Amino acid sequence: MQAQLEGSQAVARAVALCRPDVVCAYPISPQTHIIEALGALVKSGQLDAEFVNADSEFSALSVTIGASAVGARAYTATASQGLLFMMEAVYNAAGLGLPIVLTLANRAIGAPINIWNDHSDAMSVRDSGWVQLFAETNQDAIDLHILAVALAEELSVPVMVNVDGFILTHSIERVDLPSADEVDSLVPPYLPRQSLDPLDPVSIGAMVGPEAFTEVRYLAQVRLQRALDVIPRLGEHHLEVLGRSSGHLVQGYHLDDAEVVVVAMGSVLGTIKDVVDDLRANGEKMGVLSITCFRPFPAEAVRRALERATRVVVIEKAFSIGYGGILSTDIALALRGRSTPIHEVIAGLGGRPVWADSLRETFLAALEGTLVETTFLDLDHSLVDGELARVAQRRRSGPAAENVLRDLEMSRRDS
Amino acid sequence: MTERRPFAITLDVGSSLANLTGTWRTERPVYVHRLPPCSAACPAGEDIQGWLYHAEEGDYESAWRAIMERNPLPAIMGRACFHPCESACNRVQVDEAVGVNAVERFLGDLGLERGWRIEPGPDTGRRVAVVGSGPGGLSAAYHLRRRGHAVVVFEAQADLGGMMRYGIPAYRLPRDVVDAEVARLAEMGVRFEVNHWVDDVNALLAQGFDAVVVAVGAQRGRDPGIPAGDAARILDAVGVLRSLEEGDPPSLGRRVIVYGGGDTAMDAARTATRLGATETVVVYRRTRDVMPAHDEEVLDAEAEGVQMRWLSTISRSDEGRAVIEIMTLDDEGRAVGTGQFEEMEADTVVLALGQEADLSLLDSAAQVHVSDGVVHCDEHQRTGDPRIIVVGDASANGADSRTLTRAIGQGRLGADAIDALFEGREAQVDSPRAPASFDRLNTWYYSDAERTVRPRLEVARRRDTFSEVVGGLSVDDALFEARRCMSCGNCFECDNCFGVCPDNAVIKLGAGEGYAFNYDYCKGCGICVAECPCGAIDLVPEPR
Amino acid sequence: MSTERTPVRFYQVGSFAVGNRLVELERRSAQSDPTRANSLTSGHRACAGCGEALGARYALDAAMRASDHQLVAVNATGCLEVFSTPYPETSWRLPWLHSLFGNAAAVATGVAAGLRATGRGHVRVVAQGGDGGTADIGLGPLSGMFERNDDVLYICYDNEAYMNTGVQRSGTTPGAARTATTEAVGEHPGNRFGQGKDLPRLAMAHEIPYVATATVADLFDLESKVERAMEISGSRYLHILVPCPLGWGSVSSDTIRLARLAHQTGLFPVFEARDGDVSAVTPIRHPEPVESYLRLQKRFAHLFTREGEVADRATVARIQAQASRNITRYGLLGRDDD
Ligand SMILES: Cc1cc2nc3c(=O)[nH]c(=O)nc-3n(C[C@H](O)[C@H](O)[C@H](O)COP(=O)(O)OP(=O)(O)OC[C@H]3O[C@@H](n4cnc5c(N)ncnc54)[C@H](O)[C@@H]3O)c2cc1C
Ligand SMILES: Cc1ncc(C[n+]2csc(CCOP(=O)(O)OP(=O)(O)O)c2C)c(N)n1
Ligand code: SF4
Ligand code: SF4
Ligand SMILES: [Mg+2]
Repeated sequence: MQAQLEGSQAVARAVALCRPDVVCAYPISPQTHIIEALGALVKSGQLDAEFVNADSEFSALSVTIGASAVGARAYTATASQGLLFMMEAVYNAAGLGLPIVLTLANRAIGAPINIWNDHSDAMSVRDSGWVQLFAETNQDAIDLHILAVALAEELSVPVMVNVDGFILTHSIERVDLPSADEVDSLVPPYLPRQSLDPLDPVSIGAMVGPEAFTEVRYLAQVRLQRALDVIPRLGEHHLEVLGRSSGHLVQGYHLDDAEVVVVAMGSVLGTIKDVVDDLRANGEKMGVLSITCFRPFPAEAVRRALERATRVVVIEKAFSIGYGGILSTDIALALRGRSTPIHEVIAGLGGRPVWADSLRETFLAALEGTLVETTFLDLDHSLVDGELARVAQRRRSGPAAENVLRDLEMSRRDS
Repeated sequence: MTERRPFAITLDVGSSLANLTGTWRTERPVYVHRLPPCSAACPAGEDIQGWLYHAEEGDYESAWRAIMERNPLPAIMGRACFHPCESACNRVQVDEAVGVNAVERFLGDLGLERGWRIEPGPDTGRRVAVVGSGPGGLSAAYHLRRRGHAVVVFEAQADLGGMMRYGIPAYRLPRDVVDAEVARLAEMGVRFEVNHWVDDVNALLAQGFDAVVVAVGAQRGRDPGIPAGDAARILDAVGVLRSLEEGDPPSLGRRVIVYGGGDTAMDAARTATRLGATETVVVYRRTRDVMPAHDEEVLDAEAEGVQMRWLSTISRSDEGRAVIEIMTLDDEGRAVGTGQFEEMEADTVVLALGQEADLSLLDSAAQVHVSDGVVHCDEHQRTGDPRIIVVGDASANGADSRTLTRAIGQGRLGADAIDALFEGREAQVDSPRAPASFDRLNTWYYSDAERTVRPRLEVARRRDTFSEVVGGLSVDDALFEARRCMSCGNCFECDNCFGVCPDNAVIKLGAGEGYAFNYDYCKGCGICVAECPCGAIDLVPEPR
Repeated sequence: MSTERTPVRFYQVGSFAVGNRLVELERRSAQSDPTRANSLTSGHRACAGCGEALGARYALDAAMRASDHQLVAVNATGCLEVFSTPYPETSWRLPWLHSLFGNAAAVATGVAAGLRATGRGHVRVVAQGGDGGTADIGLGPLSGMFERNDDVLYICYDNEAYMNTGVQRSGTTPGAARTATTEAVGEHPGNRFGQGKDLPRLAMAHEIPYVATATVADLFDLESKVERAMEISGSRYLHILVPCPLGWGSVSSDTIRLARLAHQTGLFPVFEARDGDVSAVTPIRHPEPVESYLRLQKRFAHLFTREGEVADRATVARIQAQASRNITRYGLLGRDDD
């Protein structure tokens, strides 16, 4: 069914089509519209599920842990601070192998508190044992949620679908919402790997010491890696049923002849592809590699996709403070043994728009071979230089964020 | 299903049974059977806690049979025993003693009512003569019959029972009860020869008896030789009581002095009142607190109008009066005369200063040693001649406390000694058991329950009748009273150990079977020991 | 309005002991039943004499009986979890889930919701944790669960400190008690006297249908509370005092005795509350001064001389005052309860 829908509504509808048994969440922008919509669906009787208004994200995920452990299909959604607040449970859900699906409406992490989009939240849990999928469009978001449920339950692992906050969650687009029958054929009934059942009791959540912990972790690794086979398979199924598919690990765009390849995740790929289209029209041999599955990291697929690339530019919406790009580090690792130069471009932090012009400039530099290793896209050099100078002068220079804001205000007044 | 379960994090239930925590233990609990103070105090050696256990469940026949293991006369003892068990009862320290005696009477009466019997043992061909049909003789006869020996009881009197018939007044021990319990012994095959005075034990042995039990009691009242005028009327208490029983009550007059401070004195005084005396005074040398009579008897006597005169001796008696010397206690608590005298009106002076035994039947038995009016014997009641056993009041063992109960206990010991002689085995001794002292109990667990009081005949109706003063317990009350027993030192299956073990290391074996420890898991924490209400568990060092 | 006991007919131990062979089978405790669930079975690694191990089996066996074995348990991190389920062995015999230290209530909510959503609403849910997992780190989720009135019986095993991590102070550690983070040194040795964190009353403030306290010293009382709780749906809270020989510095055999004294001194009021109001009180049977309780525990040793005389009268008086306040507040001496 084609519809003009807000991203959050689309996600909510998709989740509802997956027939969750328990939905539990705690509000945080930009996830709120999703759970509000689900709450309304449950309350109106359109969705037959338990809807629990949690007292915190920690509780929200914990509720889904409990529900999942008794063999119920459980769903939650959060963002940013909320994800950090549930952090302990994030690791726990993965450790217990519970197939929970979580929508992460990607948002920056404070301080300074910031409700806008970037990928810092997702990156903070990349080592937790969850599958992490990134939606490029709202259609993707719909399809990936449907895929996520099947994936989670087949592997008994939790899956996080990343949907860029505001950019996708709050944008109204024309999407195709699959029918209930279609979704039913894509998401088989849940057959839990383990379940708390009085008829067949088990103890779940034992304490494991050094004698077996490494093995437990090794097995978790093997299990998560299996997603790399299952996702494309599920993708093929989507193609059969829906005539389209988001079920791929990575997706190439003009990689056949591309020399410079831009790698990115999420909604920013739209702008990137527009700019690349323009540059290609000018004869530049550029291509794009979008990463749909960030964890487990599809190193092999990335390696194959970038086989012909002579230069790689990674645009990423998060970075590891004290080191640098996170996705670019993973790409570099995937290309181990090759000499392909890799440039990291940190962009769109805390909701900073990623302008096509800035990208074009960056890509051109890459094509010319003048792009530096690390770029903070559209960084206001005068602002940071001022603060750095101040720090150099005085030991107690005050909070950087406030200082920068003040400077910003001054420069605005000046102009 | 199992293979599907995640490795290590998900475990199969109950698998910790593989972990034997018993290895942690440095001390281990063990079940014990300690000797409750009641049994320790019971001269008949009754397993009181043991039979109360059955009574608690309402299984009265088992309870009765458990009593009958030791005591063949529960209906009598349930009335006339001074119940030292109750004085010793640990429950005294909680609220009041368990009414053991009342329950015993209830069971004894029920036994008679229902006609419960004890079968004699298979015939052994041995013959034993018992001289005297008091409690000592009857007990010996009973236990000998249970072992299958033929028994003939020789009794000088016309009726059976010794002091139970000719001493203890009927208002305390109705004669039909005595008749009924004696009849049960006759049913067991005990032969009785009444009006048969035995004057020589050796003659009995010569007649072919393999052993003789001397249970002649102490029949003669002690006479202090009070100076008396010719017309003075001085009687002895046992004689008074006997003639009453023989249907020839003596006339005592209006004012009666009973001289002595024991239970016999109380019986004589209360009997005098019933025979029409309007003023009965007990004269006693010392003070109330050292008086040998049991409190209950004294209180009953007082309730019936008997007066007490402490610190007094009778120095002379004449017609209608007696002269009393006022006494005082010296530093050692002995009564000494003050030289002050008073006169009292008295139609009769009844002497109740103790009894002596007529042991002439032993004159011919050279190996039997008699002194101070009693026969010496070992702890199995054996005299110097192992075929001659002495029990009861005539025995030197425990002669300072002459009671029915002691006679019954000795009767059993003596019977066993004879049986051992016949069998060529050692005589039995009760294996020593550590005491179940009060400090071992965890009394928290016993619910609060005050003693049931036996109904008593109204005082007004006692004065002129020999009807039984103390009534029996109803079924409900007997059950209640039995359930007041704390089962000191012996498991009564309250399940506490089974419940309180944090390691589930106690195995419940089923009703009546008690419990066992599972030392595979017992960590030796000792909670079961601390929480056992009755102290039936000891904590002992773990054997190396 | 005290909790019911075996009535007037005297049955030797009434309902004070675990069993009573003289009462009808159906009136005996779950623990006296040789076929009891043994929800927590032998081989667990709790210290000898652990009150928590005992309390857990008492409570869960009763819940198992009441639910006809249709029960799932959720456990917070803590001694109970650690000693019961170290890989490769578990001592549990019912479906059991451990997630984290502070989320047992929320996980249980999820379990209940999941069961309901999958058509197994008849399966009942118990959540359990220590005082730390309940009063401190898990209070938020617990309060949320109460407020939503989720259909869970939450049981707190209160041993008055973080035992699993080595006896550190918790929100329920009593004043003056020595813990590893409130050592018996300095001017005011032991834990400072705060305002206390009265979990049962906090639960009552949520007006949930049922709140009760119990101790491992009174099994019948404890079981009847579990049973009552299981008859009700919605949020129920049971707070059980479970002495810890290790943390309290007591003799392992004194575990039940201490629990009993805690009640008899008034320091630990045993009561029930319905919909936010106290509805029944288990009266003190044999009143005891607080010293009899304190003296048995090394965590209070600094209040006494070596010979056992009270050394710190002021502090003991302060503790006595707390006990007296409870006695008055709950009418623990059986007077004027209504
Ligand atoms: C008045 C009174 C009241 C008492 N009240 C109690 C009481 O309430 N509770 C209690 O526990 N104790 C009581 N006693 C003590 C108790 O009665 C005796 O301790 C007990 O009866 C002793 O038992 P026995 O078998 O040794 O002798 P006895 O009961 O004295 O029986 C001895 C029997 O042997 C017979 N006999 C004696 N010599 C011969 C012989 N040569 N040939 C044949 N037969 C012979 C006698 O006729 C007598 O029947 C009381 C005693 C008296 C006197
Ligand atoms: C988030 C978190 N913080 C701290 C811990 C460490 N920890 C584990 S158990 C525990 C104390 C448990 O205390 P309590 O809940 O009272 O249970 P007890 O062990 O006393 O039974 C602590 C602090 C943890 N596991 N998780
Ligand atoms: S309570 Fe029972 S066992 Fe204990 S002394 Fe009294 S009668 Fe004997
Ligand atoms: S530390 Fe305390 S709570 Fe923990 S196992 Fe030992 S006794 Fe039990
Ligand atoms: Mg604790």
